[in-house]
Amino acid sequence: MPNAVEFSTVTKRYGAAAVLKGLSAEMSEGQVIGLLGHNGAGKTTLIKLVLGLIAPSEGTVRALGYSPAGLEGRQLHARIGYLPENVAFYDNLTGREVLDYFARLKRVAANEADVLLNRVGLTAAAGCRVRTYSKGMRQRLGLAQALLGSPDLLLLDEPTTGLDPLATQLFFEQVGELKSQGKTVVISSHLLAELEPHLDRALILKEGRLVTQGTVSQMHRDAGLPDTITARFSGRINGLLKEGWVAELPAAPRQCEPSLVEFAVPAARKMDVMRRLMQIEALSDITVKEPSLTHLYATLGADKQAKGDDDGE
Amino acid sequence: MMMANNTLIVAGKEFRDDMRNHWTLAITAIFAVLALAIAYFGAVTAGHVGFTSFDATMASLTTLAAFVIPLIALLIAHDAIVGERDSGTLPLLLSYPLSRLELAAGKFLGHSGVLAVAILAGFGTAAVAILAANPETRSLASLGSIVTFIASASLLGASFVGLACLISVLVREKARAAGFALLSWLMLVILFDLLLLAVLVISGGNAVEQAVYPYLLLLNPIDVFRLINLVGLGNNGGNGIFMAMTAAHAYHPWVLYGALAAWAGMPFAGAVLVFRRQEM
Repeated sequence: MPNAVEFSTVTKRYGAAAVLKGLSAEMSEGQVIGLLGHNGAGKTTLIKLVLGLIAPSEGTVRALGYSPAGLEGRQLHARIGYLPENVAFYDNLTGREVLDYFARLKRVAANEADVLLNRVGLTAAAGCRVRTYSKGMRQRLGLAQALLGSPDLLLLDEPTTGLDPLATQLFFEQVGELKSQGKTVVISSHLLAELEPHLDRALILKEGRLVTQGTVSQMHRDAGLPDTITARFSGRINGLLKEGWVAELPAAPRQCEPSLVEFAVPAARKMDVMRRLMQIEALSDITVKEPSLTHLYATLGADKQAKGDDDGE
Repeated sequence: MMMANNTLIVAGKEFRDDMRNHWTLAITAIFAVLALAIAYFGAVTAGHVGFTSFDATMASLTTLAAFVIPLIALLIAHDAIVGERDSGTLPLLLSYPLSRLELAAGKFLGHSGVLAVAILAGFGTAAVAILAANPETRSLASLGSIVTFIASASLLGASFVGLACLISVLVREKARAAGFALLSWLMLVILFDLLLLAVLVISGGNAVEQAVYPYLLLLNPIDVFRLINLVGLGNNGGNGIFMAMTAAHAYHPWVLYGALAAWAGMPFAGAVLVFRRQEM
């Protein structure tokens, strides 16, 4: 699968401070890619580099085969959609006028603006001035402008900020639709739990460094984080925690309630533990949960950073 | 071709914004009311009111325009780029197939266009009223003076829009841009001429300085505008001091128009150069 975006040992400095540090990463076409990390991790800087709004201090950036700077940047911008963090528009214009203006800049037919306004649920408010829009409505208008011209690459910076749960669900439905059309969608966010179910791949950044990248399950495997098995019993299970196989587990189980126990189990031992639990007559329910992206981020971020520091990076 | 299109799209939006915000109407009204008031009450100190000397009226209008047009140009265009930066729309605009040159040129053309329309409508209305009220003033020469005035006033407006664009890319906050705009107005409209006069008085006006001064006037677009409009009127316009300073020098009109056009182009070119090097 060809790459939509390629970063090759990119460093970005502002004065003496490096915001990105030797970052190399690839984002494949047709995927939904999460750009994850806390505030100040370098997510927005990375997006600005792809857009050519800033230039790398070292290394190279290519998007859809173009260099974002200079004349190639113009060709790239015709195929890109961008939703900035805290998107702002012209308050004195109506939603339709805003979209018409951006549509003209992208050489997009005016009727496409109406289609997009309908798609993001803003048809009724299209004639109202943007100053009357709520934060969520502005965000939806932002998404509509990002979708103008059916771009091949979408860069969405904190796109669900200010959206209510229903609007967030609608947003991710749009993302799914774009993916089915073969578009590449890069979503920057620190709301990991919200994003996790929709991602094909993720890049986790911390303090300007790429901590890890890959599919979420691949990152789980690489990190070796335990799965969580939660077992509920119909009565008290005092004896269970003293059994030999339980004592052999790397982490002691946690008894949340008298009849509810959580086991943190390495993937390799998951089936064995489940078999043993199934043999207990009092078992009434059992659930298995993979480590969340948040858990993964917290663990990987801390581990890799510590290793980097040890290596004198 | 695409560049021209994008520039016109941005210029069109700026023009419509100024129209929608009633800027154009307000400026037109200001120009028309001030011009008619000057034309009608200009001779009140001589004991009479009404439309009288055409030359005196044009001289007064020139003085008025030299104060008001730069101020209005700086007022409407000081936030051309910094306003987009301040509101957060600049990165979004630059993520489109729109170069920084196109964006800046669109802003420059849009605001200059608004000012030119207001000058044409405001001063044009006043000129028509003067010509209608005083049949003696109807001549080809008068018409020529009016056309010259409107064309040079529009160029003067454009030169200050260019200056406003330069200020707008050099600062990062709208409030600072407004401050620098007012400062530049004060320097060019008031302090520059005061400084020249002071040096002229102190030096006693010897021959070398007499030869240098006329060229120094070309360094200020307001003085170039005055030269274009006042020199033709001679002393009829009651502009004695200015005429005394420039008496020794005969300016070719194209030199003056060239200087004013350069004043419109150079600050704008500077703005584009700075803007293209900036990171968002």
